[in-house]
Amino acid sequence: MSDKTPVRDFATDWDHTDPRWVNDPYPIWEELRERCPVAHTDRYGGGWFPATHAGVSQVAKDTEHFTSRTVVIGNGRPMEDAPPAPIGVAPPITSDPPFHQIARRLILPAFAPGPVNAMEPAIRALCVKLLDRMAGQEIVNGGSQYAQFIPPAVISRMLGFPDADEDLFREFVHIVLEGIDHPIEQRIEEFAPVDEYFQAQMEDHRLHPRDDLTSYLLNVEVGGQKLAPEHVSGTMVLILVAGIDTTWSAIGASLWHLASHREDLDRLVNEPELMPIAIEEFLRFYAPVTMARLVKEDMEYLGCPMKQDEWILLGFPAANRDPAAFEDADTFIIDRLENRHIAFGLGIHRCAGSNLARLEMRVAIEEFIKRYPRFELADPAEVTWAPGQVRGPRNLPIRILN
Amino acid sequence: MRVSIDAELCQGHGRCFSLAPSIFGFDDLGSGVVRGDGTLSDDDLELARLAQANCPEHAIFIEEES
Repeated sequence: MSDKTPVRDFATDWDHTDPRWVNDPYPIWEELRERCPVAHTDRYGGGWFPATHAGVSQVAKDTEHFTSRTVVIGNGRPMEDAPPAPIGVAPPITSDPPFHQIARRLILPAFAPGPVNAMEPAIRALCVKLLDRMAGQEIVNGGSQYAQFIPPAVISRMLGFPDADEDLFREFVHIVLEGIDHPIEQRIEEFAPVDEYFQAQMEDHRLHPRDDLTSYLLNVEVGGQKLAPEHVSGTMVLILVAGIDTTWSAIGASLWHLASHREDLDRLVNEPELMPIAIEEFLRFYAPVTMARLVKEDMEYLGCPMKQDEWILLGFPAANRDPAAFEDADTFIIDRLENRHIAFGLGIHRCAGSNLARLEMRVAIEEFIKRYPRFELADPAEVTWAPGQVRGPRNLPIRILN
Repeated sequence: MRVSIDAELCQGHGRCFSLAPSIFGFDDLGSGVVRGDGTLSDDDLELARLAQANCPEHAIFIEEES
């Protein structure tokens, strides 16, 4: 990333990995909304970025003009007949209609409120365990000691991987997430051990079926047929990629906010019933995820001459700060009652794991502030934010106050 | 007064049944569903409007008769 030319004008040359965008994208988006609401770049083979709520919404719901064949911006483009798993296909996020609906309906029941809410005691116990491990430290890391541990453990448990593989699984998460924009050949190579592990887990689940998502995916039938093994492993990859740094970013950003806004921390500590509404405002204000689509054919769209296979980056976090859609859009209001945010996207690709993400956020924040009702950033300058399409604090040193 | 959810528009964000669990529930896929026939008491109306104002997909409709 360091060898890239710095961006001079985000309206004509945007780059979501530019340090300015990574560190504080909100002023950039505000300027775009006023000056050039659909920005363009020649980078990555060409791409567009609508900065308004209206523009993002329109594209997110439009599966006729845009394809989800790939949703992560890179320099290459997958072919129409992209190879199946391990990487090419992660259904349903990389699926278009009509297959999309079939693949999505398969996984939705696992992420519906019933099964998700049943996980609350286990998530709470995990958070307590992590907090116990940090006991006695004056400075704790809200990222690398806390937020980063929660989603991998939850996802690993959902998939039914052995607890003993916790460290191995976190290593896989690292491989998958860090290499997300590597060239396809390199990616296949990097991915081999992860795929091998998934294959071994699938085999173990075939021999010893149990009540978890892996067994479910192996046994579920569509039209009297079990899923192809690539479909099963592709969905496992999706759950791993989509369920982990997204949620840890959301937990981390919420802790970052509370560490730097004493009045909001005090309110949450004193009015715990505010939590569900506060969670929605954390999601609106610090929405971690942007997703990409590809333009299907040359066309005039949103007033722009879009070319086939150009990217369009859906800035859900930018839409969430659009004053045309939200009152006082740039103000964090912890008890904001009307909050039609789109942190989880819109339309048929709405984040399938949103109930789980909210639960993890709520429990993680509840337990943290219960243990530590007063804390602050140890050094704001030390906080680093992850670049790319999932943004959240990675290094988050927090000083515990008495 | 009646409230309804357009099942074609609902994508299962879950805002309605979180904010107004007395009025909305969910199905096996996590989509929002109206409890009962959707008839709203005066007390329910405000809560239903709050759910409507939070639905990202604009999938909630309230019919208010005079």
